[in-house]
Amino acid sequence: MSTMTSPPPSTEARPASITQGQLPARLPLYLGIGALVVSAIITLPVFGTNWALLVLIALALYMVVLNVLSRRTEGARRATDRMVTTLVSGAFALAMLPLISVMYTVFDLGLPRFDGQFFTETMRNVVGVGGGAAHALVGTLIITLFATLISVPIGILTAVYLVEYGKGPLAKAVTLLVDVMTGIPSIVAGLFAAGLFAQLAGPGTKNGLAGAVALSVLMVPIVVRAAEEMIRLVPNELREAAYGLGVPKWRTITKVVLPTAIAGILTGVTLAIARVIGETAPLLIAVGTTDSMNLNPFSDRMATLPIFAYYSYQQPGFGDGIQASYDRSWAASLTLMLVVMILFGLARVLANVLKPKGLK
Amino acid sequence: MSTQTPPTTDATPDAPASLTEERGTQAADRIFSGVAKGAGIVILVALAGVAFFLIKESIPALSAEPSELSGNADSLWDFVAPLVFGTVYAAILALVLATPLAIAIALFISHYAPRRLATTLGYVTDILAAVPSVVFGLWGLFVLAPIMVPFMGVLEGALGWLPLFAGPVANSGRTLLVATIVLSVMILPIITSISREIFLQTPRLHEEAALALGATRWELIKLAVLPYARSGIISATMLGLGRALGETMALALILAPTPGLISLNIVSTQNSQAIAPNIALRFPESSGLEVNGLFLTGLVLFVITFLVNFAARRITDNAFSGAN
Repeated sequence: MSTMTSPPPSTEARPASITQGQLPARLPLYLGIGALVVSAIITLPVFGTNWALLVLIALALYMVVLNVLSRRTEGARRATDRMVTTLVSGAFALAMLPLISVMYTVFDLGLPRFDGQFFTETMRNVVGVGGGAAHALVGTLIITLFATLISVPIGILTAVYLVEYGKGPLAKAVTLLVDVMTGIPSIVAGLFAAGLFAQLAGPGTKNGLAGAVALSVLMVPIVVRAAEEMIRLVPNELREAAYGLGVPKWRTITKVVLPTAIAGILTGVTLAIARVIGETAPLLIAVGTTDSMNLNPFSDRMATLPIFAYYSYQQPGFGDGIQASYDRSWAASLTLMLVVMILFGLARVLANVLKPKGLK
Repeated sequence: MSTQTPPTTDATPDAPASLTEERGTQAADRIFSGVAKGAGIVILVALAGVAFFLIKESIPALSAEPSELSGNADSLWDFVAPLVFGTVYAAILALVLATPLAIAIALFISHYAPRRLATTLGYVTDILAAVPSVVFGLWGLFVLAPIMVPFMGVLEGALGWLPLFAGPVANSGRTLLVATIVLSVMILPIITSISREIFLQTPRLHEEAALALGATRWELIKLAVLPYARSGIISATMLGLGRALGETMALALILAPTPGLISLNIVSTQNSQAIAPNIALRFPESSGLEVNGLFLTGLVLFVITFLVNFAARRITDNAFSGAN
């Protein structure tokens, strides 16, 4: 005990403060600023403006100094705790970097061609500069709409079956297979649609519907999971009250259970749409692409935004056209990101607006 | 999963006024339950269809001349093995990078960030999950690859004796290392969100007991949270692995692979090809038996991801039945 390195309390007469043996609460903040300044002084003259290096050295300084200070006043356990806190927060900041960088890049490189022409023209007879992605935007909307029309009824009804009726081996099998479906690689879903439509309409068939089927394979399990969770949250008392009034089971489900859960279900559906709208691989296999507007999902290839972005990079043409094509690719990426973010916002709004009145 | 048990009530409603009305009600009930059951059966059929069409389209490839499937394959094994290696190798590397980071992020959101901020942060990771893969691929190619080139040079210089970093470093930055980093960013959200959920489920009493013993925050995590969540973390990792195995566009855009190559090198221009990007790159230009060959590799991928996901679910199920 007497070998402790921390300075002993100076006087026994003074009552011990509650913060005694602790570092000041603001210290990490000041230390962080100090570490950044010192790091800037060291790195800027030698390596120039290398932000990664600057932050890295600052972080190392911060950790060493804080660890030494804390070890002296607070002991080894607290020092370790502080170090883990720094590491965990640092890991979080590190993980945010790609997201911020992706957002910045997409806006920075996407905005030059994010114009009226991009949304009103197609790539028909366009070589090199100019053209737009109207056909791809329309294609994405049509295919996603059909995928939603296929997967939402199946998804919600399956969830109803699992929660309200599900007993026995069939329900167990469905639960297991929904899990399996969650893990299907998107490219395999595309192969399935290609195989199915080769069987139905001859080999090499590519059309919007095949894409919608492929996306549905990916979307159904997400919808089932979301709807199942929400329907399970509906209190049993509500169902029993309805039965007590003599309401048959199917009307209890359609009039009591589903309306109560609808906010959560629609939020889940919106998030599921956001997840599949950017899928590239299955559409590459099942839908292909084209340069012209095609409004008919039942025949011929359709362009979609992800594929448009992909091919605009993979096959950029030549000369001046290369940069123009890259610009179109980034504009398509920006459009996709905006659509995804709008869908996320919509999901939030829906969750608030449709909440049952008692919960508002 | 929620702890609420599903309603098992089969309560028959009060007798309706007339007999015909009761018949109508019963018929409606039967129709509705039939429709709901039908939806469940559609899922069974769809999954059976996935397996059926993959197998059906693969069969011609099994008896075909290997050279017809891919120009430089001497046997079926020569065709499939490098692809399987490329798939598993890239996925495992991505997992090695992503798992520690994902656990740290999940801990940050569940136990470090202020409660208010935590909701928003969870939301931000969800957005990260919804960024289209083609956008990630383009980002990796245009932004990350140039940044990584000097760094990969340093790696080659310092650790060049390891087969991993043998070089020569690709000046374009189109290497497996860059692709792996993009892949790990893409699987971060799924591992994070599952781990976070399990961290938040740690029994309150365990946490409070640790705090009452005077544990610091890190000791609380070490004593109460991590032991409780161990199997959940493993299963989250497996699900992330499943996602990484099937990821297509990031690899298809970033790598310029050498067909048929098995190489551990992650910084050179010579890269192994993985199954999913190989299908994406070659399917649009393929015909005849080549297509069947691609279906065969798709079937292999399906089986691998199925096994990985199945194992992950088994781990979670066992863990939760034990914990409860």
